[in-house]
Amino acid sequence: MPSANVKIPPVLRSQTGGEAQVPAEGSTVGDVLSSLVDAHPDTREQLFSEDGQLNRYVNVYLNDEDVRVLDGLETAVDDGDTVVILPAMAGGR
Amino acid sequence: MASAADPMDEVKARIEMIPVTEAQREIAQGTRVIDVREQNEWDESHLEGAIHIPQGEVAERIDELAPDTSERLLVHCRTDNRSARIVDLLSELGYEDAVAVEGGIVAWEREGYPLVYAKGLTPEQRDRYSRHTLLPEVGVEGQVAMLNAKVLLLGAGGLGSPTALYLAAAGIGTIGLVDDDVVDASNLQRQVIHTTDRVGVAKTASAKAAIEALNPDVTVVEHNTRLDASNILELIEDYDVIVDGADNFPTRYLLNDATVRLRKPVVSASILGFEGQISTFIPYEGPCYRCLYPTPPPPELAPSCGANGVLGVMAGLMGLLQANEVVKLVVGIGDTLSGRLLLYDSLGTTFTELKVRRDPDCPICGDHTPEIPVEEMGQFPDYELFCGAPAREPSPVA
Repeated sequence: MPSANVKIPPVLRSQTGGEAQVPAEGSTVGDVLSSLVDAHPDTREQLFSEDGQLNRYVNVYLNDEDVRVLDGLETAVDDGDTVVILPAMAGGR
Repeated sequence: MASAADPMDEVKARIEMIPVTEAQREIAQGTRVIDVREQNEWDESHLEGAIHIPQGEVAERIDELAPDTSERLLVHCRTDNRSARIVDLLSELGYEDAVAVEGGIVAWEREGYPLVYAKGLTPEQRDRYSRHTLLPEVGVEGQVAMLNAKVLLLGAGGLGSPTALYLAAAGIGTIGLVDDDVVDASNLQRQVIHTTDRVGVAKTASAKAAIEALNPDVTVVEHNTRLDASNILELIEDYDVIVDGADNFPTRYLLNDATVRLRKPVVSASILGFEGQISTFIPYEGPCYRCLYPTPPPPELAPSCGANGVLGVMAGLMGLLQANEVVKLVVGIGDTLSGRLLLYDSLGTTFTELKVRRDPDCPICGDHTPEIPVEEMGQFPDYELFCGAPAREPSPVA
């Protein structure tokens, strides 16, 4: 099973015990995120809506590419890939 | 230390050199003078009527410009090393009466002889911006573009402070500042344009004082107001580039939608904790803010720096990256962050670059989005509602 490094944004770190990067297994981006949610259940409602879809305000990148232009949650993951979870930030002051 | 073996001395010993006073007399009588300095040096100032051939092009072009090898030719550069080498080369090429001007244009200027200066720069500006004009990519032309540029900064806070200081130093001719807040002591950990003795002063006025002390070339326009749907078009229409350092989502979406309508480029950054994000949005050339973030996060996932804290140095870095984008946009050099989102993690000192694509279905800049009719130009949706935020924070915690 391929293992990816999932980069956790600051606003989700309280749900991952403060970890900024978490290893998670899965052969697709969706599987990797499911592994993350299994290990850190508090991340579920931030990432997924009730019908299991990725929340629209969460961007997910496989390496440097937005999964929306790849195959979404079905996008295949290779061992050692990086999955970036990115919600918008607004702080400027 | 110079010695007899110094090749430059050997060159100067075997060619003819004339003092600048004699050169001035000869030029007045019609002797032709060739300036062999580089383009940017020529642009800055040169002798009236001089022929400009950068030293590397002399061998190739001299034939055409001076077909008669017996013609008297004066050659000068900044001082006289390059000109001496060129005279040496000309004599190898068969020119019998080429001479170098001792001390070059520096000596010429010292004697008080007239020069043609670059259009648009005063002698004080040539001095102040010399480290810019020395860069061939910027040159006098790029500096004049900066002096003519109008840049609007949204927020004179954590991002806007460093951006404004460096843009002012760079000679951006007009800097507009939108902020309705006053300087608070808790701002000073990162908002470096403000000072302890200006606590309680309007941020726009405080920033204006700092900018004017730094560079009198800059005109500061204070917009001591909060950007909203009723004033945004009027505020941004006169500016060439908008710098987004807003502290809330409704303003960011409003700004995006308005700048796409008016086709203004936006350099957008945000900061929180130890991390920052930055991208540049050029309407219709690249993605817009909504292509990147179609939907704002719920308020509990969007804490402010006031609630969450922010590392001051990191804010400074992101602000300077914004200033860097602005300079490139204004001068027209380099590659902007259009189509790229740069993430900075100051704890790890790591940068991550992500691709941002134009969304063909974007409700604002997408391929099928109808043009906004002129009469609806100033009408915007309710962004507070869209972002699920309270109507308005009582006072920005900043």
